[in-house]
Amino acid sequence: MSFFEYAPAPESRGVVDLRSSYGLFVDGEFTEGDGPMFKTISPATEEVLAEVTAASAADVDRAVAAARRAHSRVWSRMAGSERAKYLYRIARIIAERSRELAVLETLDNGKPIRESRDVDVPLVSQWFFYYAGWADKLDHAGLGPDPRSLGVAAQVIPWNFPLMMLAWKVAPALAAGNTVVLKPAETTPLTALLFAEICQQADLPPGVVNIVTGAGETGRALVEHDGVDKVAFTGSTPVGRQIARAVAGTDKRLTLELGGKAANIVFDDAPLDQAIEGIVSGIFFNQGHVCCAGSRLLVQENVYDEVIGKLKDRMATLRVGDPLDKNTDVGAINSAEQLARITELAATGDAEGAERWSPPCELPSDGFWYAPTIFTGVSQAHRIAREEIFGPVLSVLTFRTPDEAVAKANNTPYGLSAGVWTDKGSRILAMASRLRAGVVWANTFNKFDPASPFGGYSESGYGREGGKHGLAAYLQGGTR
Amino acid sequence: MSRVDVRKTYKLYVGGAFPRSESGRTYEALDAKGAFLANASQASRKDGRDAVVAARKAFGGWSARTPYNRGQILYRVAEMLEGRREQFTSEVAATEGLTRTQAGRVVDAAVDRWVWYAGWADKLAQVVGNANPVSGPYFNLSSPEPTGVVAVAAPQDSSLLGLVSVIAPVVVTGNTAVVVTSFGRPLPAITLSEVLATSDLPGGVVNVLTGDVAEVGPWLATHRDVDALDLTGAGDAATDLERDAAEGLKRVRRPRSEDWTAQPGLDRMTTFTETKTVWHPIGV
Repeated sequence: MSFFEYAPAPESRGVVDLRSSYGLFVDGEFTEGDGPMFKTISPATEEVLAEVTAASAADVDRAVAAARRAHSRVWSRMAGSERAKYLYRIARIIAERSRELAVLETLDNGKPIRESRDVDVPLVSQWFFYYAGWADKLDHAGLGPDPRSLGVAAQVIPWNFPLMMLAWKVAPALAAGNTVVLKPAETTPLTALLFAEICQQADLPPGVVNIVTGAGETGRALVEHDGVDKVAFTGSTPVGRQIARAVAGTDKRLTLELGGKAANIVFDDAPLDQAIEGIVSGIFFNQGHVCCAGSRLLVQENVYDEVIGKLKDRMATLRVGDPLDKNTDVGAINSAEQLARITELAATGDAEGAERWSPPCELPSDGFWYAPTIFTGVSQAHRIAREEIFGPVLSVLTFRTPDEAVAKANNTPYGLSAGVWTDKGSRILAMASRLRAGVVWANTFNKFDPASPFGGYSESGYGREGGKHGLAAYLQGGTR
Repeated sequence: MSRVDVRKTYKLYVGGAFPRSESGRTYEALDAKGAFLANASQASRKDGRDAVVAARKAFGGWSARTPYNRGQILYRVAEMLEGRREQFTSEVAATEGLTRTQAGRVVDAAVDRWVWYAGWADKLAQVVGNANPVSGPYFNLSSPEPTGVVAVAAPQDSSLLGLVSVIAPVVVTGNTAVVVTSFGRPLPAITLSEVLATSDLPGGVVNVLTGDVAEVGPWLATHRDVDALDLTGAGDAATDLERDAAEGLKRVRRPRSEDWTAQPGLDRMTTFTETKTVWHPIGV
């Protein structure tokens, strides 16, 4: 089914000036590392975009030392009002260079330009702007007068929102007076390196932000480094466990934003057309590469047929393809590895007896792609109802009563987010209080804001990012 | 001829009842000079698991009580403590080697600490929760919720003041607790259990195990129905227990130097709460 024919509407790549290779950003300068180089590709075409350095343990050592110097000599001594101005500068430069950042993010990550341009990059700028204003107001963060910074923060971030996760980590850390060593994900290092240039343009003092690229080994060297005071990680639950184990017995503070398997609950009195939009954005936004994705749809039984019918109609209008095309709704899967993981888990859905459906859609021949998919007839025991797929795959379950919905929604080791769709206010509040999840979206889904704390219960990790709560992760007297 | 006194059997406190250890084991609790005070039950792995089951069972009801009601019950605990002032003074003096005057001050401080925490029940959410000014037409509110079942390694030295200072902040927000007491100074904890049992605190909200945290701790730290660990009194076992807790991503409070006489902050409460943020669109 196609309502309209669309002419290609590609965003120009001309705004991005890619170098053939990149070093590390340490002590305010791009330097060569001693590790090997690796390639970062566009997941939509498999084109090699650039070569990037895999930072060695010695490189990490240098970066931590630079961050320590910058913390003790400059950044922790600087008045908050002065730190604030650097962060405001960064926020403004991000806005000025927003198109360049959006295009580069889409190239390296595979997400639609519509999302990187309209969601990711504006939030990144806003995140710095929000926390800039906190830098000289820390007395009011709820941790007593004149709270001190922690020191050097080791920050390891994932590939699904490369620049946004950088902003979530770097902005509050710097506002609170910490310096950082950040490792972007190995498949999406480029916007972090462009951010390093932005730090230079802002004349941020050397060593306040250091960026070391690389894979798991680099990340391990960073979080296990004796010279870091704080570890902040966003990524998978298994890696989160390893990190929690590694910092046990140290004085390092730790915050973890891990996986999720959110229930999106639709009651029979919900505004169904709005709910359908929420279901679609809940699971197909960013190709489903979202830790808080609404990957389990719980539909009240008496509206099941109607909801599934409308959902299929809506899914048939999703445009999958060139991420740089402004009409694209669903872009490329970030890597061959992730595509294999999605494919394997979805196959267990078939094998365990769930029924698969995808709209007819033609996928490009190069690159990594997965059609938007729903599974119906899913039971709570199915792997696709229990494990995080981290792709555009929705598992549909049903319920009859609010109690059953709560029981099914909470039947997961995760607890990051949940959605509720109903017209009844008292039911929204009752559900919101009974769902064991850090973020509850009622009659909306996948909304983010720097003023709003985000983070999980149980195996979705601990600590909050965003808002006043997000500052506590980077100040003495905070509990994580 | 003087009367022969009736001595108390010191047992565990699990699910609102006072069982002996299922292992049948006891150990000698001694006073500060090394003289025999009583035989205390030595909790086992199975006792730990029973306590977790009781704590989990109690969590739904306790966390659903109104904050005002939880505050009233905790205040009632303080009333009962005050009523047993003489008994606690004797036990603390004997077990900690204090004079009666010193021990009396410890008991006073412990009662006052309960009262202080009791008052937080219906205030913490106002202090650490807030409306969030998001940039869009959304109602956006963050508030603290209890983490769940918290396993607490009580301090080894401060047998009453330290003990109440770790239990009260855990349960006031709606958590339930499994407490492993001081190994060497367990008796005030059992007497405290008798206070809890007569204060309208529902059974299972606080479970008290006397024994060795190095023995029971690993079973609690790896138990999937335990959500968080307070390792205050875990001593040398703390690092291993924190490592054990990583598998289930439990919230952990590491041991640190403590001054039990100092005014507490909010951190013992906030460590064992989760911030929940609720969004709803605004529109007509």
